[in-house]
Amino acid sequence: MRTRFQQGLDELREKLLRMGGLAEQAVDRACQAYVERDLNRCHMVLENESLINVAEREIDELAFDLLALQQPMAVDLRFILAVTKINSDLERVGDQAVNIAERVMDMVELPPAELPVDIPRMAAAVSAMVRRALESFIEGKAELAQAVLEMDNVVDRMRDEAFIVLVRKMNDTPAVTRQALDALLVARNLERVADHATNIAEDVIFWVRGRDVRHNVEAPATPQPTPGTS
Amino acid sequence: MGVDVQVEQLNAWFGKTQALRDINLKMLANHATAIIGPSGCGKSTFVRCINRMHETVPEARVDGHIRIGELNVYNGTSATQVRRQIGMVFQKPNPFPTMSIYDNVAAGLKLNGFRDRRRLDEIVERSLSMAALWDEVKDALRKQSGASLSGGQQQRLCIARALAVEPEVLLMDEPCSALDPISTSKIEELIFQLKQRYTIVIVTHNMQQASRVAEYTGFFLLGNLIEFDKTEKIFTNPSDKRTEDYITGRFG
Repeated sequence: MRTRFQQGLDELREKLLRMGGLAEQAVDRACQAYVERDLNRCHMVLENESLINVAEREIDELAFDLLALQQPMAVDLRFILAVTKINSDLERVGDQAVNIAERVMDMVELPPAELPVDIPRMAAAVSAMVRRALESFIEGKAELAQAVLEMDNVVDRMRDEAFIVLVRKMNDTPAVTRQALDALLVARNLERVADHATNIAEDVIFWVRGRDVRHNVEAPATPQPTPGTS
Repeated sequence: MGVDVQVEQLNAWFGKTQALRDINLKMLANHATAIIGPSGCGKSTFVRCINRMHETVPEARVDGHIRIGELNVYNGTSATQVRRQIGMVFQKPNPFPTMSIYDNVAAGLKLNGFRDRRRLDEIVERSLSMAALWDEVKDALRKQSGASLSGGQQQRLCIARALAVEPEVLLMDEPCSALDPISTSKIEELIFQLKQRYTIVIVTHNMQQASRVAEYTGFFLLGNLIEFDKTEKIFTNPSDKRTEDYITGRFG
């Protein structure tokens, strides 16, 4: 048993989980800030981003060291590759949270407007996706990750509906165009967070099952027939 | 050009101890096949069955079929006939210490009664060139003994010696385990070149080496062939848990 290598893998896993927690918290805070028009929470999201960025670099460095020094194979190699990709996705989730917080900061400057869109419902669905994607990573369960992939369509539909009703609102009530535009951008940011959660789930499936399920096309495990075996 | 090596229901024993169990495997012509597994798993026995070296051990026994192209290794063919088709390179370079570099390469041919001097010169040059050693030794062919070369050069000399008799198959039993990284990379580059002309079977403990040089890899454990597949499949997503545990260092 390669104890030092296993310790490195455990450390990588813990670091990624901590980063996942930061990214998940950033999205939740940004959505709360939207609902409550809370500038304080917006600032917390912006401050939180630097922690995510630091974590991203640390995880990449550790993964790079493990690849270079331990030459991992099979499930360990897939794990490290998955971690580096999930790492990028989590960093982008943090960026989307920052974008939402910036939209909220803009909205707070404007008078409140009644908008025909349920952002909290969409935020709840997106948070659930991020949470489940991270759970699938923690437990190493491809079934949980598979469930996340199926949730992505629901969020896509919510984004499409938000787009239709908010554009209509802008046409009907030009006075709230800026507020509607902010809400529309928030809906788009949330949909992108859902896409990152989907990517994370796909990476978990790759790690656990060794199968590439991206873009709804499953690459064959073995591209060509092999010579005889016993 | 190389030929396929087809192994069917191969079993091997040392006395009462069974070293190989029902091995079925096809090693493709002009490809390198790596054989990996922990010590004592039967991988060296397996390659020694291919050129009938296993039977040189007292009380050793083999059962099953091996075909090298059209040649049936265990059915009425003499061991000498078989070994003419197969070159073998061992873990430690073993040049004939008292012979010159030239004579080391020419030894197999001379042993077979080959006397055409000009033709011998050509074969020695061609073999040393194929082993990527010619440029380093061409000025000392007859002056220097094989044993005076560095370890990496000696191993390439042994490869040249094996190639001189124009085999179809090249068996390599941990050919780089006694070499430094530079010599190792030269041998690996050589394997890459040689498989265009030969069928190569390489036993190695070094999994990075297997992944670098071989298109196919077989994993042996306790005398059984556990898994055989394309090398990238074995090292990225093996089908058998035992293969995965071995290549990830969880046992062995």
